[in-house]
Amino acid sequence: MTKELLTLRVNGEARTVAAEPHHTLLEVLREELGLTGTKHGCELGECGACTVLVDGAPVLSCLTLPVAIGDADVTTVEGLARGAELHPLQTAFAEEGAAQCGYCTPGMLMAAKALLDENGHPTRAEIAQAISGNLCRCTGYTAIYEAVEKAAKSV
Amino acid sequence: MSEFSVIGRRLPKVNAWAHLTGQARYADDLFLPRMLYGRLLRATRPHARIRRLDVTRALAHPGVVAIVTGADMPEKMGIMPSTQDETALAVDKVRYVGEPVAAIAATDEDAAFDALSLIDVDYEDLEPIFTIEEALEREDVKIHDTSKRANVFKEVHLSFGDLEAGFAAADHVRDDWFFFEGNTHAPIETHSAVASYGADDKLTLWTATQVPHYLHRELEKVLGLPRSRIRVVATPNGGAFGGKSDPFAHEFAAALLSLRTGRPVKFTLDREEVFYAHRGRHPVKMRIRTGVKKDGEITAVHYQSFLDGGAYASYGIATTYYTGALLTVTYRIPAYKFDGVRVYTNKPPCGPKRGHGTTQPRYGFECQLDKIAVDLGLDPLEYRKRILQPPNSRTVNELRITSMGLGECLDALQRATKFSEKHGQLPRGKGIGIAGSAYISGAGLPIYWNEMPHSGAEIRIDRGGGVTVMCGTSEIGQGSDMVLASVTAEALGVLPEDVHVVSGDTSLAPVDLGSYSSRVTFMAGNATKDAAMKLRALVVEAAAEKLGVPAERLLTAYRRVYDHDDPSKFVTFTDAAVLAESRHGTLVAAGSYKPPKGIGGTFKGAGVGPSPAYSYQATVAEVSVDVETGTLTVDKLTTAHDCGRALNPANVEGQVEGSAYMGYGEIVVEEQVFRGGLHKKPSLLDYKLPTSLDTPALEAIVVESVDAEGPFGAKEAGEGPLNPVIPAIANAVYDAIGVRFDETPITAEKILDALGLRDNRRVTKDRIGPDGLGDGKADPKRALRRLGATTDARERKTVGGLRPPAPD
Repeated sequence: MTKELLTLRVNGEARTVAAEPHHTLLEVLREELGLTGTKHGCELGECGACTVLVDGAPVLSCLTLPVAIGDADVTTVEGLARGAELHPLQTAFAEEGAAQCGYCTPGMLMAAKALLDENGHPTRAEIAQAISGNLCRCTGYTAIYEAVEKAAKSV
Repeated sequence: MSEFSVIGRRLPKVNAWAHLTGQARYADDLFLPRMLYGRLLRATRPHARIRRLDVTRALAHPGVVAIVTGADMPEKMGIMPSTQDETALAVDKVRYVGEPVAAIAATDEDAAFDALSLIDVDYEDLEPIFTIEEALEREDVKIHDTSKRANVFKEVHLSFGDLEAGFAAADHVRDDWFFFEGNTHAPIETHSAVASYGADDKLTLWTATQVPHYLHRELEKVLGLPRSRIRVVATPNGGAFGGKSDPFAHEFAAALLSLRTGRPVKFTLDREEVFYAHRGRHPVKMRIRTGVKKDGEITAVHYQSFLDGGAYASYGIATTYYTGALLTVTYRIPAYKFDGVRVYTNKPPCGPKRGHGTTQPRYGFECQLDKIAVDLGLDPLEYRKRILQPPNSRTVNELRITSMGLGECLDALQRATKFSEKHGQLPRGKGIGIAGSAYISGAGLPIYWNEMPHSGAEIRIDRGGGVTVMCGTSEIGQGSDMVLASVTAEALGVLPEDVHVVSGDTSLAPVDLGSYSSRVTFMAGNATKDAAMKLRALVVEAAAEKLGVPAERLLTAYRRVYDHDDPSKFVTFTDAAVLAESRHGTLVAAGSYKPPKGIGGTFKGAGVGPSPAYSYQATVAEVSVDVETGTLTVDKLTTAHDCGRALNPANVEGQVEGSAYMGYGEIVVEEQVFRGGLHKKPSLLDYKLPTSLDTPALEAIVVESVDAEGPFGAKEAGEGPLNPVIPAIANAVYDAIGVRFDETPITAEKILDALGLRDNRRVTKDRIGPDGLGDGKADPKRALRRLGATTDARERKTVGGLRPPAPD
């Protein structure tokens, strides 16, 4: 149980923590950095709740070791808003009722952000494809599509 | 213009912002100083005596601080006081693979996990029972000593009206068997709890629970700590669907280990453990006999259900009654008999899942009505409209019906889908089906007998015009915090963002019985409205004096108290509140709600079924079946739902869509099935949840019947809409390929079987489903032999297996 010093770039800030090298990015974010916005639903890469962005691409943090990403930029749900100004996806999710229990929401927002950063005007089929690795048990996905479409108009 | 300023508007939920920024604190997001991490040791045998349980080696493991076992908490517990058959951790015997046996607290999670393998358990295997048939017959094996007959947990028989005369008057009688496979809730958040016991001799438990009040009672019973020294806080549930409405082992273990160590203790289940915690949909075999006149008018229904309850009671007594109680509230049934049996088997306990106990019979009954429509040459939609139970009536089993919008739902569906033009007219492989349903807006009786309110709310207005509402409801994603905020804001004339909600906290909020049975909108909504209207009267009275206008002429909205006749005459809500507080002192009011008396019968068993109001709903399913591969694609699900009044249409639609999604999963892909007592698919990879690419197009249509007793006319929206989805899909598959699926799920394999394409024999079937119960000749040693089975080849799937069990 030897901890090692580790420096990660998270939400634009360099953060140095001591963590056990076998602990996942998910565990380090939640337990060492206190960024509990990123959720876990299976820790086996099945549900997508732990999705974060690494250099802009969606990554399952439960299957990622921090050593594997070096000094890449990690973005979590806590880093989605610009200061006090919410990201259009956050506003649209609230307005469309796309977050019910909210537990898949952080991962869903990250997957949706990665999509919109690549493709500003996705079709519904493209949205469905982009979030197909993120399980939602509450909404039936309809409100999520509507929210992403709404956000796309204002990004 | 709407008569309301808040109700009926698509406003964001007050708690949405925390969820969208990562600030919401679910139970596993809590980290306290000196906190220990807990893990449960779970049984590896389906039915066994614990000969020896030795924790010595585990206690010596570095990092392990304390261990508790069943002997430390031997008090019986369970959600239903009349059938408590569980202990927090197994005592002497285990009854399913995955049953919690011991609990470890360690300084970190890895140490707790590693120490699990150092607990020595010596099991003496007992013969397990896995099927309904075995459980009904095997007198020689007792899962619980309390079963009088074989392994029967509960048997009920109820009869209403003249059944014999009803069948004698029938022109046509259908007699069908159905099987509904079990499935589970699979909320994305796994169960989690943090307990903290302090030097003040007080225990706080933060936990993802739907029922903080009931859990509070069970903690007192099991821990022997007075309730006055226990505080339960329901954290935001990351989905629940009924799966977090029992008291669970990890909650007691966290509490006791915190008491023992004086440190906070956290337990978070992993995904596999959630499949063992279960309490999901009961597998149910059903026989339904229905007599009808030539025009389809129902003359009699005899409904029988056989429920596979798993190893413990859970809500099982209520589930058993619910399979029979609500068939009567949708269509006129003059004579009705219900026989129900729930048995114990050596599998994780079944309990309430969205639609609790009504989903399975509704599936069978709506499929049977579809058959009757075909038999009599009737349009299934028009047929249902013709036989509706009228509003403001009594059912044959004495349930009071008030608002009833099923007819409007059917009309709305015809307009939206052109069902009647399409049904029976589509090319082979394309089908359209319909089904109706109903659900309670809260159970008419609490789980333990008492005369107190079912829901209480307390509201306080502060000097800045802010409002705090406190109520014991648990926010499980269904939007209960927004219901409290909306009702409070509407009644007082402020906006939801002015309302601070304190929910699910047994110390800070009055009791609400919990977020189950779709009771929150109706019951907590009414309690909150009651409290808010008391404060409104004080605020309006103060404003009336200030404005010199009679109080009756004043209205409240948008943070103003204003003159109806001249809206330019107003005082701000804040000023009015200051005036009212100056006159009356601190502005606090309590409200409560209890269902009216006389909404059900007085016979034994009449306690399950009554509700102050029923929601109604119907679904049209449009499907495509690939007749070469057997692939079933559900193209679209359109559900019309009578919610009384939509307090927030966006949230009602969200519940309807989410229900459609979940119902779709239940009939097309999900099944909680076992191999020799082992769960076959305890992961999200194998237990397939529909992804965005699988889920059909969903449309929700809101129908408002404005219930006279509901808060602003509202009824439930969270559960009922799941029910019609399942039979609507089965009926659509019949329309597509002419095959009846009288069992769930409808897999490609079963479709190929029916089409004669599963093997070279090319034998086609017009029906897939059971033909009866087993023949009573179960081989007594079979179950034990199957225990050793490890490969698929040795497993014969007996879904709906009313064939005599084949020798292995």
